[in-house]
Amino acid sequence: MKTVFKVPQSLTGKEWHYCPGCGHGIIHRLIAECMDELDVREKTVGICPVGCGVLAYEYFNCDMLEAAHGRAPAVGTGLKRVLKDRVIFTYQGDGDLASIGMAEIVHAASRGEKISVFFINNTVYGMTGGQMAPTTLLGQVTTTSPYGRDKDREGYPIRIAEMLAPFEGAAYVARVAINTPANAARAKRAIKKAFETQLNGAGFSLVEILSTCPTNWGLSPVEAMQWLADNMIPYYPLGVYKDKEGR
Amino acid sequence: MARVLMKGNEALGEGAVIAGCRYFFGYPITPQSEVAEYLARRLPQVDGVFLQAESEVAAINMVYGGSAAGARVMTGSSGPGLSLKQEGISFIAEAELPCVIANISRGGPGLGGIQPAQSDYFQSCKGGGHGDYRLIVLAPSSVQEMMDFALLAFDLADRYRTPVLIMSEGMLGQMMEPVQVREPVTERYEKPWATTGCINREPNIVNTLHLLPTELEDRNQHLFSKYARIAAEEKRAEMVMTEDAELVVVAYGLLSRVVKKAITEVRARGVKAGLIRPLTLWPFPDTHIQKCLDTAKLFLTIEISMGQMVEDVKLAVNGRVPVEFYGRIGVIPSPQEIERAIMAVAERGGLA
Amino acid sequence: MEKQILVAGFGGQGVLSIGLFLTYAAMSEGRNVSYVPSYGAEMRGGTANCIVTIADDEEISSPLTETPRDALILNRPSLDRFEERIQPGGVLIINTSLVDREPQREDLQIRQLPLNEMADKIGAPRSANMIMLGAYIAFTGIVDMTAVLDGFEDIFKGRKSATIERNRKAFLTGVEYARNNW
Repeated sequence: MKTVFKVPQSLTGKEWHYCPGCGHGIIHRLIAECMDELDVREKTVGICPVGCGVLAYEYFNCDMLEAAHGRAPAVGTGLKRVLKDRVIFTYQGDGDLASIGMAEIVHAASRGEKISVFFINNTVYGMTGGQMAPTTLLGQVTTTSPYGRDKDREGYPIRIAEMLAPFEGAAYVARVAINTPANAARAKRAIKKAFETQLNGAGFSLVEILSTCPTNWGLSPVEAMQWLADNMIPYYPLGVYKDKEGR
Repeated sequence: MARVLMKGNEALGEGAVIAGCRYFFGYPITPQSEVAEYLARRLPQVDGVFLQAESEVAAINMVYGGSAAGARVMTGSSGPGLSLKQEGISFIAEAELPCVIANISRGGPGLGGIQPAQSDYFQSCKGGGHGDYRLIVLAPSSVQEMMDFALLAFDLADRYRTPVLIMSEGMLGQMMEPVQVREPVTERYEKPWATTGCINREPNIVNTLHLLPTELEDRNQHLFSKYARIAAEEKRAEMVMTEDAELVVVAYGLLSRVVKKAITEVRARGVKAGLIRPLTLWPFPDTHIQKCLDTAKLFLTIEISMGQMVEDVKLAVNGRVPVEFYGRIGVIPSPQEIERAIMAVAERGGLA
Repeated sequence: MEKQILVAGFGGQGVLSIGLFLTYAAMSEGRNVSYVPSYGAEMRGGTANCIVTIADDEEISSPLTETPRDALILNRPSLDRFEERIQPGGVLIINTSLVDREPQREDLQIRQLPLNEMADKIGAPRSANMIMLGAYIAFTGIVDMTAVLDGFEDIFKGRKSATIERNRKAFLTGVEYARNNW
């Protein structure tokens, strides 16, 4: 019989704690599939954020660390400087990476730290209950922007991929989404490229992954996928922003 | 091996190298920067890595990563920088990651100044960061001890899987004394818990999150049983003329040497004075203090602070005899000034 | 026997180098020694001082003191600040080039010399500090002369040989001055 679905070896197979329709499960799987295909599970150390992804160490079947809020790139730097031949990735949300951890991500990129960063942008703080994130769209209602994000009050959402791509140390920067099977397939290719960039020693790599948070958006899983397409992609265009290796 | 004239900060840095530390992550701050500068020159010579982090916060988290990878790792800072590191130190203590943190301290609060101070005692010994945890805190008093305590710190850190803090007055970092350079440490601790990639083993997880109430309490109990073991085995103090001492002075760090000189002068004037110098500020050598209670009629704590360690002295003495305090901020008092302070206390207490 | 020596002057006069040479020489003689540079409130370009403690056998307890046994004073503000603190019977050496008053103390061994003029005369204006060092050591014998001269090579390691030579010459100028005049 042909196997059409199996749990990647790089996942533990433990049942997700994520909400129905949440993008984290899809993204975990894409990362794990890439680790399997590159045969790097045993030489990979992953770093979890503070946020919904905090429990990622339960799901990835490789050595894992859980870092303080926003500090994953610094922790990754410490790991990579000691373990030069290992694969280090961080898994970070928008509050973790683009707000409290902005300094750490900017400097990891500028140093060309040879780590791979998977940045999950779903426009809200998920775990704490749907507060405004640095990536919350203008007009978007959250628990701390109850009248909608106002540019005069909260400023504009931050485009991380565009911001980090120009850094000399950044070797590969892309933005992808997981709202359709086709986009998920592209996301997987970008994740794989990020790992390959690191394996080639080319520099810092980051994949910004547009994802959904149906619970905090107050939408059904299907509506959330549509909301991502209609609202996020126009402000956060998909594409490869930097590929130093030019593959 | 011949003695070498070294600055305290250099002896600390070289001590780390001798202890097998090959990774230093730091951020410039006076008066600690010389430790960083020394290791920036030195570590590349031994295939090590010196990395200037973007912030104190990043530096301590790089230490978290480096330690999780199984290496001997160090960072350093001074007062305000140590404040910034406290979040990371809490995580490191909880995750039971060995590392060494040097605090070449300065006066506070706020930006304070770079003058001598011991006012980081509270933030070093009483937590500083969030949650219930302890650090082993060592207080060197000479340039030789700056080197020797670096070796000791790395050993204790690995033995107990805990961060160890070395607290030195800025002046001790600046002053020069001949140092007997130690032999390189070759003993290595097994670190089967390190996150180095799960080749032929189950994955390791370094984690400080415990969402279940029972798990959180168990975790704290585990940490505190370890701290109890450290407290039972690692209290260290130098005792000077305490056998018959009626007036027992407690002081640490470089200051303790100044006090030692004052004590000999005071003895010559007929006061039965002695000195307890804690080498470990945590675990605090309360047992050493209690040993003196047979003869002691009065304790005097001298600090370059407004009075921090004196609280631990009071806890140790537990009301049995009075505990007095003499403190300055921003200066190391001279032996003459301390002699005057001790005599004043002795006279008030009817011991002179 | 523990001896504490204070060296004080303006920043840039090489005050700390005098202390360092003394320290180095004492160490090479196998004695215990401690060197504490002025630290803290002093501003750049302001006053600089250091304290050297030399002990024969015993461990050095306090590397600091309010009352040094000897003082090498390179400018007027330092004399004003430290004259009163020197231990009775101690040595006070004054650079008259930059001190325009007579010392008040009568219970000290006081010696004076015009460091800056002497340094100019031998074409080594930046080595006035070494003249002071040479004169002090020749006068007191606190450390062995050859220990200091041997130390020049080590302390100036990596510097131009002309620099080492200039400093050695200045040092010997101080030695000669003390022998002939004190």
